[in-house]
Amino acid sequence: MDIAEIKRPENIVYRKPALITDNVMHYCPGCSHGTVHKLIAEVIDEMGIQESTIGISPVGCSVFAYNYIDIDWEEAAHGRAPALASATKRLCPDKHVFTYQGDGDLASIGTAEIIHACSRGENIVVIFINNGIYGMTGGQMAPTTLIGMKTSTTPYGRDPRLNGFPMVIADMISHLDGTAYITRQSVHTAAAVRKAKSAIRKAFEYSEKNIGLSFVEIVSTCNSGWKMSPVAANSWMVENMFKKYPIGDIKDVLK
Amino acid sequence: MAFKGAIEIDAPHCKGCGVCVANCPTGSIRLSRMVNSKGYNYAEMIGDACIGCSACALVCPDSVITVYRVKI
Amino acid sequence: MAEKILMKGNEAIAISAIRNGVDGYFGYPITPQSEVMETLMKEKPWETSGMVVLQAESETSAVNMIYGGACCGKKVMTSSSSPGVSLMCEGISYMAGAELPCVIVDVMRGGPGLGTIQPSQSDYDMIVKGGGHGDFHNIVIAPASAQDMYDFVDWGFDLAFRYRNPVIILADGIIGQMMEKVEMHPVKPRRTAEDILRDAPWATTGKTAGRPRNIITSLSLDSDIQEVFNQKLSRKYAEIEAKEVKYIEYLTEDAEYLFVAFGCASRICEAAVDELRQDGIKAGLLRPVTLYPYPFTRVSELSARMKSVMSIELNLGQMVTDVRLAVEGRCPVGFYGRQGGNIFTPEEIVDAFKKFNNLK
Repeated sequence: MDIAEIKRPENIVYRKPALITDNVMHYCPGCSHGTVHKLIAEVIDEMGIQESTIGISPVGCSVFAYNYIDIDWEEAAHGRAPALASATKRLCPDKHVFTYQGDGDLASIGTAEIIHACSRGENIVVIFINNGIYGMTGGQMAPTTLIGMKTSTTPYGRDPRLNGFPMVIADMISHLDGTAYITRQSVHTAAAVRKAKSAIRKAFEYSEKNIGLSFVEIVSTCNSGWKMSPVAANSWMVENMFKKYPIGDIKDVLK
Repeated sequence: MAFKGAIEIDAPHCKGCGVCVANCPTGSIRLSRMVNSKGYNYAEMIGDACIGCSACALVCPDSVITVYRVKI
Repeated sequence: MAEKILMKGNEAIAISAIRNGVDGYFGYPITPQSEVMETLMKEKPWETSGMVVLQAESETSAVNMIYGGACCGKKVMTSSSSPGVSLMCEGISYMAGAELPCVIVDVMRGGPGLGTIQPSQSDYDMIVKGGGHGDFHNIVIAPASAQDMYDFVDWGFDLAFRYRNPVIILADGIIGQMMEKVEMHPVKPRRTAEDILRDAPWATTGKTAGRPRNIITSLSLDSDIQEVFNQKLSRKYAEIEAKEVKYIEYLTEDAEYLFVAFGCASRICEAAVDELRQDGIKAGLLRPVTLYPYPFTRVSELSARMKSVMSIELNLGQMVTDVRLAVEGRCPVGFYGRQGGNIFTPEEIVDAFKKFNNLK
């Protein structure tokens, strides 16, 4: 069977998700953001909730998330997305509300907002992209930067005596009674992508049950900030990031 | 059951990150020696070993890969 | 006849919010305005009108909650006092940049810093001139009574939605804490989902097949696009300045001396005008009700036939800058104020007036 025969519309098993817009993503080659956007778009489409979903985009590389997924969006100030989401969900309880935040946004300037949204048990979904660095501003240290990791503000590597220790947000918030589902995933392999998608779907489904906040951390790469090729960055993530941020479910109140 | 597959790459929008190449179980993708208008060595299908597993497309951040699959 | 109830200015804000169909209040406790949220929590409007009331973890979060609520086209508000409003300035700027309607009440207290918890008008510059970074204006309305507190909530939302702009009710600890009779107007229901789709087609109500996705943002990385937006805002502000100026005059018809004072200071000033009139001195008062837009034209007109104009404020002299701009040197401009949470008496104002005008 030749390739032309295979490439028929009826044989398509995977294509660009319907809710991903035609805007070319501004992300660097190999950036995890695009893959996670795709999974969110697929989940919203498969659940048939485009009309009821409101996304809250952050400040950071994914500030322009609203250009890429075809839903209504609110663009928050740095770190404040959970505050916007809390009000949006309480005022519009029939909506599916999610925030999409990086580690600079969520784990640094926005710690108060995320912790209290978790504590109040807001029925929202939080997608947390943890790549251990500030991407948009040019590769500075994030609260999640690993010990020894070089960034533009830790040029000799993160030294805990000078810069403190990496913050493990998902584990921290698992102690808060308002959280329902907390998981840590990645998107560096096909299998990981499938698991991450299931986790995102579960989070959206849990948000319909009014049982509290669902939190999906995606351990990600920032190959530009890490100064590696995309493929090397994936390997470095597996060898280093996964030790501090192990993949798997952390909390599930329905299990 | 055996499958045969093919992929179509939206070359003008491919950023040549190579994550698909690293994830292909059958060695059916490579980065072209040619570049697109953005200057990226875009991905291209090679050979006829593709089984349409979609691994490449799943990990593609820019959603530029369409996957076809038939049972044989 | 409409029902009249004795209540504090802060309570009037809360009761008015419930009775005027406000969808959500998000706040953080701070003296001297904590009665606003306390009253709302006691009234439990979520069981009647369906209004959402939430105590946030900080003023920063509270203002961002109303940012989120406003994105959905809802009538949302918060209240705070000076140090808390400083924290809210980030959100106020974002809402101005995203053209979102909201009402924020600042029950001012003495500053800077933690300052005092007594009444003051020392946020004039912060709120009227700025209220956050960037090129924008808040619409600022200044109540002088508990009745104003009640009425200005509804008026504030009317302005906020008409112009898609933050509205600040700039009150102070006196008006917030003092009890007066307040006339209740008929209850307005909350707007329905259909009302919001009609009145706020820009809101994040969920993307339906019939329209492109709604994006609420204040971001544009292209300076040309940003400039076009800034100029659009400028046209909006020009319209607000042309249509919405509001002020109240007291005995200005034959006045030879003019006082300008807003909020609680205007009420004390009114008594000073009466005292001066008893002495045969023809004094009058202009009370700006809108601080932005400011009644420049009227102050300017009046100053042409005045021997002097004095700005009377509970601060070191903030509004006096605008009075000088309006007077443009037509007559001397004076200032008298008290600070730190202290309040002047009418007699103090009369003395300051006589000293400034070299009158015995």
